[in-house]
Amino acid sequence: MKKTLITSVLYTTVTAILLGVAYPMLILGLDHLLFPHQADGSLITRNGKVIGSRLIGQAFSGDLYFHSRPSAAGNGYDATASGGSNLGATSSALITRIDASVAAERIGNAPVPVDLVTASGSGLDPDISPAAAYYQAPRVAQARHLPVADVNRLIEDHITQRLFGLLGEPHVNVLELNLALDGLSKR
Amino acid sequence: MSLNGWLQITLFITLTLLLAKPMGLYMARVFEGRRTWLDPVLVPCERLLYRFTGVNPSEEMSWIGYCIAMLVFTAATMVLTYVIQRLQFYLPFNPQHLPGVAPALALNTAVSFSTNTNWQAYTPESTMSYLTQMLGLATHNFWSAATGIALAIAFIRGIARREMKTLGNFWVDLTRATLWILLPLSIVLALVYTSQGVIDNLKPYTMATLVQPMTVTSTGADGKTTTSTVTTQTIAQGPTASQESIKELGTNGGGFFNANSAHPFENPTPLTNFLEMLSMFLIPAGLVVTLGKMVGSPKHGWAVLACMTILWFLGVFTCYWAESQPNPLYHNVDQSNSYMLQSGGNMEGKEVRFGITGSALFATVTTDSSTGAVNSTHDSFMPLGGLVPMVNILLGEVIFGGVGSGLYGMIVFIIISVFIAGLMVGRTPEYLGKKIEAFDVKMAMLFLLIFPLVILGFSAVSLLMPNLGLSSLSNHGPHGLSEILYAYASAAGNNGSAFAGLNANTNWYNYSLAVTMFFGRFMMIVPMLAIAGNLAGKKITPETAGTFPVTTPTFTVLLLSVIIIVGALTFFPALSLGPILEHLLLHAGHAF
Repeated sequence: MKKTLITSVLYTTVTAILLGVAYPMLILGLDHLLFPHQADGSLITRNGKVIGSRLIGQAFSGDLYFHSRPSAAGNGYDATASGGSNLGATSSALITRIDASVAAERIGNAPVPVDLVTASGSGLDPDISPAAAYYQAPRVAQARHLPVADVNRLIEDHITQRLFGLLGEPHVNVLELNLALDGLSKR
Repeated sequence: MSLNGWLQITLFITLTLLLAKPMGLYMARVFEGRRTWLDPVLVPCERLLYRFTGVNPSEEMSWIGYCIAMLVFTAATMVLTYVIQRLQFYLPFNPQHLPGVAPALALNTAVSFSTNTNWQAYTPESTMSYLTQMLGLATHNFWSAATGIALAIAFIRGIARREMKTLGNFWVDLTRATLWILLPLSIVLALVYTSQGVIDNLKPYTMATLVQPMTVTSTGADGKTTTSTVTTQTIAQGPTASQESIKELGTNGGGFFNANSAHPFENPTPLTNFLEMLSMFLIPAGLVVTLGKMVGSPKHGWAVLACMTILWFLGVFTCYWAESQPNPLYHNVDQSNSYMLQSGGNMEGKEVRFGITGSALFATVTTDSSTGAVNSTHDSFMPLGGLVPMVNILLGEVIFGGVGSGLYGMIVFIIISVFIAGLMVGRTPEYLGKKIEAFDVKMAMLFLLIFPLVILGFSAVSLLMPNLGLSSLSNHGPHGLSEILYAYASAAGNNGSAFAGLNANTNWYNYSLAVTMFFGRFMMIVPMLAIAGNLAGKKITPETAGTFPVTTPTFTVLLLSVIIIVGALTFFPALSLGPILEHLLLHAGHAF
């Protein structure tokens, strides 16, 4: 029994150093050698300032930008408090929130694409569906005095298709789309 | 449901089953001590480790010795994690200067990670320092997974050996599972993950200047609403990749971030999503082949694997179907599926890049195996969609199951199945030449009864105590019952996923769930090892015409029926008051 105890403590100590220090440090080193940009969070800089990560969504409001999905992370897109709403399908709080989002996003009589009024699991979803992007195109085009066709073309260029035509769902990165939109307006 | 969705699901199960054989045969080689191509590097490391820790690798242990070594080792690792959490403020790698973790939460977390549950009652990015994540938590992902594999191997030896008193050496099995299986695969996967965008650094959190400032309206404690403008976003960082790969591979499931695998830094692309799902089934599926190989009946392994695959399919079909349905309470929302434009369906709590298919499949796989990683919030699933993860856990997590724990759980069901078959034809049941006698069946029943006892017992107590149990709910009506039932099921099944609307960071839930996790792991391992020790000592009875064969489709169907009947008899009443009632009320137009 005493021998088992000593072995346990020694084994814990030695393997803790192997698995809790050496292993993560090895991966850290290799990652910084091979994929430094990704390892640091795929950050986007403009004029020397970090303006976000391409993987972490940001909130957009008003008519000038494409809107991201509603977010339950902190006060919205809080990247230190990721998480979903955790409201169930029969929650009246959920239904009230969705009705408010529908009222805010709705253009004309067309129903709003579902991802644009539902909160993601992470609260940081950087993407919207192509349907949600095309849905907002007329509003953005009007506010920026651009032809709708130009905005639609911009969306088309920013759709990430399924991997190998099979895995995942087509999606549009909102931050990248909006940055491209700013570039388009300036020209 | 779409054709593309079913193609993704088909590809997933095909690859799982194709990889099971090479993986299983490799593991058999590792634990039978035969040569592998990693030996030149790893054998010296192994010897060094034994020398440092005073392990005699040729010593064989009885089931009691094996059990004690496992328990003492787990206790030592648990203490380490508790201490690191409490002291993290004074330790290095804490750039955010996070304070020490409170006692109840630290205890809950230490138990949670050492039982392979990885239940998380906290938000990691605002609670745990980088050191705690690496040294206190990620280490357990290896230890608890390696322990599970070692136990399954011990059980297999119990069946394969004849007239022996021993099951092997715990330390050797633990070391070989870590060095030969978990570590090499984790290294490869971690690098692939980072290539896709999973972060890996020790930097303080990044301050980003928002493209468009955000107006935030918040209600203070005094009820006044204040409006403020936010111009920056703080982006949590950390050594994620090294933890991400072992998280799924070891069926642990503890997220580096609160959102777990829904977080874009943990699971950035459909490729990482696919690999995470594949790595959850890789070892559990492989171990079934290892069983067939080591007991000398490969066909038996495939018969068990067939049963698991059928149960997996029933789950994924139901979940995928339910989540594809529109929520009838939404108005003016387009919930239809379109191949080019949107996945449609119930998108609350789901990521656009995974859609319904990638989320429903992940939810099924993470609860079939005892992982508990989530890439969508199970709490926001449709009632019948959320029923699937719950049922997967309540069936005992034997559908592929956790690394090791899935296999030994399944063998217990097999023992019950051959016992029932023996009763039907009126002769002593046998399993692979070993007579199954009263002691074995008693222990198997103990294994099966402890599980519902802790789940239903604690759920009932929580429901009866408004101040302790009910005040944590964020959903009302039948969904509230589902939240509590899911919490104890997840803890007892050592799964760790949650209907996360339940605020589990209270003294009552932290302590009661810690006890549940402890019982769900160790109170089930002891009877399991007792069966293994007892079987090892038995003679092999030659097969006769009256022996119930365990390699045929008939056996697969019997095993399937036993699992479903035991699960249904135990939990149907509770489930009918939770998700099933909620489904009926949803379609009658009720909200709570």
